[in-house]
Amino acid sequence: MPIVEAIIISVIAASTPLLLAAAGELVVERSGVLNLGVEGMMIMGAACGFAGAYLSGSTFVGALCGIAAGMALSFVFAVLTLGLAVNQVAAGLALTILGVGLSGLIGAGFVGQKITPAPHLYIPGLSDIPVVGKMLFAQDGFVYFSVVLVIGIWWFLYRTRGGLILRAVGDSHTSAHALGYPVLKIRLMAVLFGGGCAGLAGAFLPLAYTPFFIPGMTAGRGWIALALVVFSSWLPGRLVAGAYLFGAVSILQLHAQALGLGIPSQLMTSLPYLATVIVLVLISRGRGSTGSVAPASLGVVFVPDR
Amino acid sequence: MKRLLMTAAAAALALAATAFNASAADKLKVGFIYLGPVGDLGWTYMHEVARQALVKELGDKIETTYLENVNEGPDSERSIVQLARTGHQLIFTTSFGYMDPTVKVAKQFPKIKFEHATGYKRAPNLGTYSGRFYEGRYIQGVIAAKMSKTGTLGYIASFPIPEVISGINATMLGAQSVNPNIKVKIIWVNTWFDPGKEADAAKALADQGADVLMQHTDSPAAMQVAQQRGIYAFGQDSDMIKFGPKSQLTAIVNNWGPYYIKQTKAVLAGTWKSEDTWDGLKEKMVVMAPFTNMPDDVKKLAEKTEAGIVDGSIVPFKCPVLGQDGKPIECKGGTHLDAGQILGMNFYVKGVDDKFPSK
Repeated sequence: MPIVEAIIISVIAASTPLLLAAAGELVVERSGVLNLGVEGMMIMGAACGFAGAYLSGSTFVGALCGIAAGMALSFVFAVLTLGLAVNQVAAGLALTILGVGLSGLIGAGFVGQKITPAPHLYIPGLSDIPVVGKMLFAQDGFVYFSVVLVIGIWWFLYRTRGGLILRAVGDSHTSAHALGYPVLKIRLMAVLFGGGCAGLAGAFLPLAYTPFFIPGMTAGRGWIALALVVFSSWLPGRLVAGAYLFGAVSILQLHAQALGLGIPSQLMTSLPYLATVIVLVLISRGRGSTGSVAPASLGVVFVPDR
Repeated sequence: MKRLLMTAAAAALALAATAFNASAADKLKVGFIYLGPVGDLGWTYMHEVARQALVKELGDKIETTYLENVNEGPDSERSIVQLARTGHQLIFTTSFGYMDPTVKVAKQFPKIKFEHATGYKRAPNLGTYSGRFYEGRYIQGVIAAKMSKTGTLGYIASFPIPEVISGINATMLGAQSVNPNIKVKIIWVNTWFDPGKEADAAKALADQGADVLMQHTDSPAAMQVAQQRGIYAFGQDSDMIKFGPKSQLTAIVNNWGPYYIKQTKAVLAGTWKSEDTWDGLKEKMVVMAPFTNMPDDVKKLAEKTEAGIVDGSIVPFKCPVLGQDGKPIECKGGTHLDAGQILGMNFYVKGVDDKFPSK
């Protein structure tokens, strides 16, 4: 069934930038910081990632530039919210506006240029498995990395002492501080990590998805990533499910339209968002039994007492 | 975000050479309001290309300013007022959504001349202009039907507004003139600009057997997908051959330059009048990019079609135009649909196998 294969390949590609950005933001929010600047960091990653790849001729260098750009922007956010204790919501929104504008400026010279898209990496053995092999093991490096990244995050959060401390900081920064943990330093690390992930997610767009740069090309994917973190109720496993569900619905609606099923396209376009709303309702209803809630200190500014 | 870029055009020497009297020695200031970034490679980019042509032509007599990334709707009023207050005597607002704000500002500044693209509201100091893009779509339909092996075309549509609908219909009428059984698959992406989504839609269409893609969205993403898949596509707004050297058959290129030069000259000469301009291939407001990647007989047919539209022997919406149900549409223009029917098109022609969006 080549059409099913084609759909799955498209779904995986569409889900990957969401997964990368959301995975980073999940760690940030687990540490108790709400960074709404994902869209801004992504578009900066896209602009700098493309610039890097274009100038060096290497996708890998481009990806590194994207990560660095995302981290640099998130550092600005960290200085504001952690250093100066500025309101996180306001700083995050400002970060998005800054990122969108700055990326347009940086990328202006690269508009209309072309690069070779990231190569699809075939894994010897696995790629040759009939049907599944081509769908799952003939993707580009970003896709493999996104999966490894989420597994790594899960392992870190639930299987290491560092992860336990990070979650503790996110749930009660005062207690963590009282126990002697460097709350601000841990949060800085988390924010930088999230920035790097968002930058990489942004870089994926011009390096692998649509191999050119145009200002504003992230087109709101950063906001979807933010919604996914809530959707996942801050659990890495659910985040993967959510990202792929989101990607699947957005690709399937295009195929449904092309088949001429006659369902209004406006309804189809809103389906992923409707799904998010429904899941949010279900989560909040089931909150008592699952115990999965937002990190208790999420978005609360912490100023250490001396 | 909005960058105000002042473009001082030519050397002061040129001023001395002008035939104007002393009081007119000041250069005419011409302002532009843009929807997207100048680097969008689509709609806004072509307005910017036209502005540069204007500067090249009249740079010694004028000075131009543009504001980019100006959101449509009430918010744009501030930007238009800003240009009006800073001495601009001629202001072009280049997107449909600036219509009401432009009307409002035009009322406040009766001495300033305004030109609004693709709208229909005019005033003594406010003219409108647009292109007959559907003429280019008709030619694309002819080419597409010739080039398609599967007999299925893929159409990436943005929003169900009359301009997009008339584009789909003109394409189909052109295609049916070659192959009466041609099929079209339409995907509405509900955005003008989202490269990722446009690429996904292009992939979905290709996966379902469409082998010639057309788009009414603004980025070159679909062209790149066509290039990767080894199928054909048409560029939109600007020549996108760079993104699909082996895929682009032609492109509809919006050519605003001559109009901007003409209207600016009219203001300089004091002969400007509020008019409604709706020009097509004949007046070269709509231009076809070179016909590429096709055999000679198709190229000849395309050139013949273009010449026919220019000399009036081919009329895309020639009566009888049959609706989706096969019944002829009322023919208000005598032998063809009239301007109102095209500018307000709200039906599919026969052969479009898609549910009409807003019904």
